[in-house]
Amino acid sequence: MAVKALAVLAGLALLAVPPFLPKYFLEVLISILFFAYLGLAWNLLGGYAGQFSFGHAAFFGIGAYTSTLLLLRAGLSPWLGMLAGGLLATGFGLFEGYLSFRYGLRGPYFSLVTLAFAEMLRVVTVNLKVVGASLGLVVPSQTNALLFVFADKLPYYYVIAVMTAVALAITHRVAGSRLGYCLVAVRENEDAAEAAGVDARGAKLRAMAISAFLTALGGTFYAQYFAYIDPTITFGPAISIGGLLPAIVGGAGTVLGPVLGSFVLTPISEITRAMLRGRAGADIMLYGLVLILVISFLPQGLMGWLRARRAS
Amino acid sequence: MSGGLFLQAVVSGLLLGGVYGLVASGLTLIFGVLRIINFAHGAVMMLGMYATYWLWMLVGLDPYLSVLVTAPVFFGVGVAIQRIVIEPNRDAAEHNQLLLTLGLALFLENLALVLWQGDFRTLRVPYASASFFIADTLVEVPRLIAAGGAVVIAVALYAFLRGTVLGKAIRALAEEREGAMLVGIDVGRIRAVAFGIGSACVAVAGALITPFFYIAPDVGESFNIMAFVVVVLGGMGNFLGALVGGLIVGLAESLGAAFLPGSLKQFVVFLIFVLVLLFRPEGLFGGARGR
Amino acid sequence: MSQLDLSIESGEIVGLIGPNGAGKTTAFHLIAGFHPPSAGTIRFKGDSIVGLKPHAICRRGLARTFQLVQPFAGLTALENVMVGAFTRERDTAAARRHAGEILDFVGLGPRRDTAARNLTLGDRKRLEMARGLATRPELLLLDEVMSGLNPTEIEAIIGTIRRIHERGVTLLIIEHVMQAIMALSHRLVVLHHGEKIADGPPALVARERKVIEAYLGEAGDGTAP
Repeated sequence: MAVKALAVLAGLALLAVPPFLPKYFLEVLISILFFAYLGLAWNLLGGYAGQFSFGHAAFFGIGAYTSTLLLLRAGLSPWLGMLAGGLLATGFGLFEGYLSFRYGLRGPYFSLVTLAFAEMLRVVTVNLKVVGASLGLVVPSQTNALLFVFADKLPYYYVIAVMTAVALAITHRVAGSRLGYCLVAVRENEDAAEAAGVDARGAKLRAMAISAFLTALGGTFYAQYFAYIDPTITFGPAISIGGLLPAIVGGAGTVLGPVLGSFVLTPISEITRAMLRGRAGADIMLYGLVLILVISFLPQGLMGWLRARRAS
Repeated sequence: MSGGLFLQAVVSGLLLGGVYGLVASGLTLIFGVLRIINFAHGAVMMLGMYATYWLWMLVGLDPYLSVLVTAPVFFGVGVAIQRIVIEPNRDAAEHNQLLLTLGLALFLENLALVLWQGDFRTLRVPYASASFFIADTLVEVPRLIAAGGAVVIAVALYAFLRGTVLGKAIRALAEEREGAMLVGIDVGRIRAVAFGIGSACVAVAGALITPFFYIAPDVGESFNIMAFVVVVLGGMGNFLGALVGGLIVGLAESLGAAFLPGSLKQFVVFLIFVLVLLFRPEGLFGGARGR
Repeated sequence: MSQLDLSIESGEIVGLIGPNGAGKTTAFHLIAGFHPPSAGTIRFKGDSIVGLKPHAICRRGLARTFQLVQPFAGLTALENVMVGAFTRERDTAAARRHAGEILDFVGLGPRRDTAARNLTLGDRKRLEMARGLATRPELLLLDEVMSGLNPTEIEAIIGTIRRIHERGVTLLIIEHVMQAIMALSHRLVVLHHGEKIADGPPALVARERKVIEAYLGEAGDGTAP
């Protein structure tokens, strides 16, 4: 109960405070919510269904490239292009998921195959001149709200805040629904779940579809916010890891976990980078250390630790 | 394409494939005994390359000779990593152990980035461009030595596993864990030793390629992926499979580079990976299954 | 498993017995869809179920428990049973109600909010049955639900099984606890080395020579009838 009250208060603060924040803090907050959003998207497949994807960059990249290419080649607003990207990513996710689940890939082998799929997309994109190859694509940045381009950071903040809120709502809804219970059952014991009438493959595919769709929307946001995308940023392992870390650290398989995880991790990264100016890599090094520590001492993530403390 | 280019591609592929085989041998040994997929394998290789580089720069030690130093040192590093990070979590869920090695990889790669920056370094030995021709095919000496060294070490490792008491204990643990425990094998020690040997293998592989490969914090990443492909292709835990698989992957990559534009050779390798994972997860030669 | 010819009438309690390794659990794996049969047919309510996935077979009304209990360890007893209930209900509140009823029925009511990993073995066996019951099966396969239980617990489970039967569920039970299975079953089927060697009322089957030899022939098996 206390957690929920705190969460509501935090939510209100997140709505009301930003207009008064200095630019730098606003940027950090956008970063925090961005990774919280990606974490929430990953969490549906990774946390609830227990299928640890290391290749969510595939969906991110599909989202980013689809909306950007539709904008550049057909003048389509990214607000709509976003949805197209989401649908394409969902299709790819179902394809990838169907093959993996049909052929019984579980655990680390599933992780590896998702990584391979993402890398394949990256390599193809690097070698396709028509989508910019390794030079990437520049997103037009003349201010135009209808084309998802804003002069200021504040509107971007509210976009990602709404996206995060929606992802939270979806997660909450799924967790309490038939799908949620079935996913957790599959995660805990797939054979027993089947015996109890759960269509394991169907449940996993549903989780994959939602997860892929949401992740792709994140890709479009990134493209519009940073106005530049390339194969390494969008299809590379860094963004895959960036999405799963907050979920793991915060608590995979919980609603608030990814958000909590991002609120802890992202500031750490920012502070480290600020303290060690010019020393690239210090923040990720710390991430690695945090991951090792969390797995070793808090395997259920921060949410699990909080719950254990409340129980005792 | 001409026969000459094809032959050239085959030779390059086999030479690099030998190195892949050594890298993969280490990974497959670690998997066979500890049953974990070591994401930090490439990072250790990278550290081995840096160690070789600094030994050359500071002490003038030839990279091939420095193997005598790097091998035992990185054996120790491997044992330390296993004892400190991995062993305490040996009962954790499989996916958590994978994340553990991922965290280790992130830590080590970025530690290198912080310490030595991201600039490419090269190790220029006087014989770096030594080469000769067999018929019309160019063979570069450093690559030949690397491949040769890799094969020699892999064969020596194989002999060790077959012939010595320690080697047999390692195999016993890999094949039949409970039986091994029953006959009094010190499981903890063997696990540390196996990880140490695997780390030494990959560090030495790194040392061997420094005369012709750039050195940078992210160099381990591509070898990491290659190692996974080779290990899955050859069969998880299958030593011989790792060697042969290394040659096959090296060949596929090299022929891919010759036939396909740009960097699409990587696509070929990943495609093989996905196909093997889906349709023959036990690998060509049989190993642990992914199901 | 070779040649198994088995049929079960609606409303029966059929006991499946035999020395260790006779193939009883294998039979369950085959019937419930976890292994495909290499030859032959399996029909349920008139239709072939060969090749169907376990969850599809469960939806048709055939549920099973596992010899080594397989609870969803991190979930509470109620949540465990809800998973089964969701086979028949779409709505969470309805599934929760239904699961609650089933838990009360098997006597686990007071433990509904206990995590499955914290339940005693006897309770976990009940939980397994409850989860299967929540799928509203017409035929329930019980695999050694009494193994590892003390006599009091066994008495209690026999009572539960009888009540399950009274609710109209047909039962196929694998069991080693002889007194229990003899008392419960309308009919006994005996397996030995993957083959059926006897099929009939318990009292008659127990006296058949082949059956006695099968059990006595297995050295160290102290459960001869």
